[in-house]
Amino acid sequence: MDLSFGAGYDEFRAEVQQFIAASSDKSPKQSGMGNAEAIAWQKLLIENGYAARTIPREYGGFGAEPDIIKSRIIAEEFSKAEINTGLGGQGISMLTPVLLEMGTEEQKQQFIKPTIHGEMIWCQGYSEPGAGSDLASLTTKAELDGDEWVINGQKIWTSTAHLADWIFCLVRTEPEAPKHQGISFLLFSMDTPGIEVRPLVDMTDAANFNEVFFTDVRVPKDQIVGQRGQGWQVANAILGHERGSLAPPDAALSRLNGVIKLMNSESVNGERVIDKPVFRDRLMKIQGRVLAMKCNDMRLLSASINKNQDAKLAGMVVKLLGTELRHELEALAVDVMGEIGIAYGDNPHLRGNGSWQYQYMFYLGLIIGGGTSQIQKNIISERGLGMPREPKPAAKANAS
Amino acid sequence: MEFGLSSEQTLLQDSVNRFLTEQVPLDRVRKIAAGESSDAESWSGLTDLGIPGLLISEANGGLGLSSLDAAVVSELLGYHVTPSPFISSAVMAPAAMQAAARREDLLGSVATGETRIGIAFAEGIGARNDAGLTVDGGKLSGKSLFALDADANYYLVSTDTQKIYLVDANASGLSRSSLTTIDRTRSTCELTYEKVNAELISDDPDVFRIALDAGLVSLSADTLGASQCALDQAVTYAGQREQFNRVIASFQAVKHMCAEMVAGLEPCRSMVWYAAHALDEIPEESTMMASHTKAHLSEVGQFVTRTSTEVHGGMGFTDLVGLHYWFKRAGFNRQLLGSPELLRERAARAQGLAA
Repeated sequence: MDLSFGAGYDEFRAEVQQFIAASSDKSPKQSGMGNAEAIAWQKLLIENGYAARTIPREYGGFGAEPDIIKSRIIAEEFSKAEINTGLGGQGISMLTPVLLEMGTEEQKQQFIKPTIHGEMIWCQGYSEPGAGSDLASLTTKAELDGDEWVINGQKIWTSTAHLADWIFCLVRTEPEAPKHQGISFLLFSMDTPGIEVRPLVDMTDAANFNEVFFTDVRVPKDQIVGQRGQGWQVANAILGHERGSLAPPDAALSRLNGVIKLMNSESVNGERVIDKPVFRDRLMKIQGRVLAMKCNDMRLLSASINKNQDAKLAGMVVKLLGTELRHELEALAVDVMGEIGIAYGDNPHLRGNGSWQYQYMFYLGLIIGGGTSQIQKNIISERGLGMPREPKPAAKANAS
Repeated sequence: MEFGLSSEQTLLQDSVNRFLTEQVPLDRVRKIAAGESSDAESWSGLTDLGIPGLLISEANGGLGLSSLDAAVVSELLGYHVTPSPFISSAVMAPAAMQAAARREDLLGSVATGETRIGIAFAEGIGARNDAGLTVDGGKLSGKSLFALDADANYYLVSTDTQKIYLVDANASGLSRSSLTTIDRTRSTCELTYEKVNAELISDDPDVFRIALDAGLVSLSADTLGASQCALDQAVTYAGQREQFNRVIASFQAVKHMCAEMVAGLEPCRSMVWYAAHALDEIPEESTMMASHTKAHLSEVGQFVTRTSTEVHGGMGFTDLVGLHYWFKRAGFNRQLLGSPELLRERAARAQGLAA
């Protein structure tokens, strides 16, 4: 057991701290795509190696060798200083790694640099009304007509579609093939004629998602990543990337500290909530679970550095546990506030801008999104414990 | 950065696991649980592996290993539901006596397995009805309940003010009667004192705290192992038992129970490792972590051992399969040295969140 990062990294940490001290005034107050301040900050971060760190220079990145500990130190120092960590979004976190691995040279040249610099915003066209947990049954089709794909169908849960310049999209190109082998991964501009975006208002009152409709959308034939019919493998490579990132334990720890502050400031009949043993026990229960997740995360970090360590199951449980835990943590804060916990929108009695109520609902969405808790349990039991898959029901006469 | 077991710790794990698998299988545990045999033979086997002296310093005749090594052993003892005085003699007694720097002369014979030191700490953790101790002029009177190890040669006895005294099991005025609990793999007793000679080991609550923290992490690791074994048995059984012409492991209802057990338990492993590491290396976190870890493992252990029983259906409820040994082991660990509610309160106090 050695929890230190080693003396060699102290110097690197000092460099990061110096950068933060010198530049934190430029950190944008509002994150958010397409905002000029955020784009300028992103450029500064990339130039200094604090964003797009391992992306090669020829594609607009910083070009450092991968070093998980340096990445962790950057994340720790930025989080400690509470400054903006640069742009996120699905183009940066999901498409870019895929292009680096599976894209053509032309695609890398064309897309990576503007994407990581926040000049090209992407959305992800995966889920459909009839293809949620069973994503591979998607039916949006693309048929080849000369040098163009012609796309028809509908996507749903498409976050940032209303802001996006481009979409990376799963479409069915081989309707005769088994369902996992008939999918292709296409890239196209959201300005293409035939695309309609409708906002989908969710329980938080915000439109965090959209529905996207395609009617005879024509896309050049070469805007495909991987081969025809290989789209499922491409998508799976990035879904794995998404799952762990939905519930980072450091964010849960910082929210937990927020609940403690709230329990110190809120009171009932003049008694602080933190002094009420019933509430305190709930807080401690959640703190215990957050600490367990934090320790689990240290083990995962260690296993990513030390290849001889096996942490397969430890990684598989993160999405399931992390999202459920955050939902319960936010729920505790709502209960701590009592009636104030039902305030919302423009209510003048809101605490913390209503973020507790908002996150309480938003995390219910995350329990479902990115592979529901039930799908996670299938994955853990089948791929983690080697238990058999549910037998397939006898095929229907007209099944495709 | 390396969060995990060292290669030496993996070797220790392998050798203890091999010994327990071969020499103390469930049949043997059943005999000890039924009172037909004692744990002396298996303790002597563990002594050959150096286990009683794991945490005893080399100067005191032990191996001077770390709390993480002790957690590795505790986990295996829980996994195999092994009857042994490990937590009292090998963990808590050395922790108390070395922290107090008193009567360390006894520890050499603890390391060789000749001496067993029981732990009677219930008063210091939370005095219950039916018990109570007084000390007057170096003489102990009253009663301790649920003292660990009915075969010990000495006991470390805590008062409600967390002073620790050493008493000889053969001292005049001391009577001891074995107490039956749900967990027959554990040996506990009631100690009654009538003006028994008691030697003060520590009047510093910090010594009590250090010994208690060590015991809490050890019990957590024991629950981790017991729960892991219950889970392993559930997955194996579900893969063999057929109903409706299918193995029950192919039903989502059963798979999801198993996945929930994994999800609960897997982070617990890291938590136990970290809490054990904190005992030695991160003193400012050790009490908070030990308390939280024992409370959290108790909740997860209860869930896993009951869910594993459910996966086994009616067979899980019988003595034939013997799964109840694991269920009861986790149940015993849950109450001993502080129930989850008391320990969460202790964790809150350690952070200044409760008076």
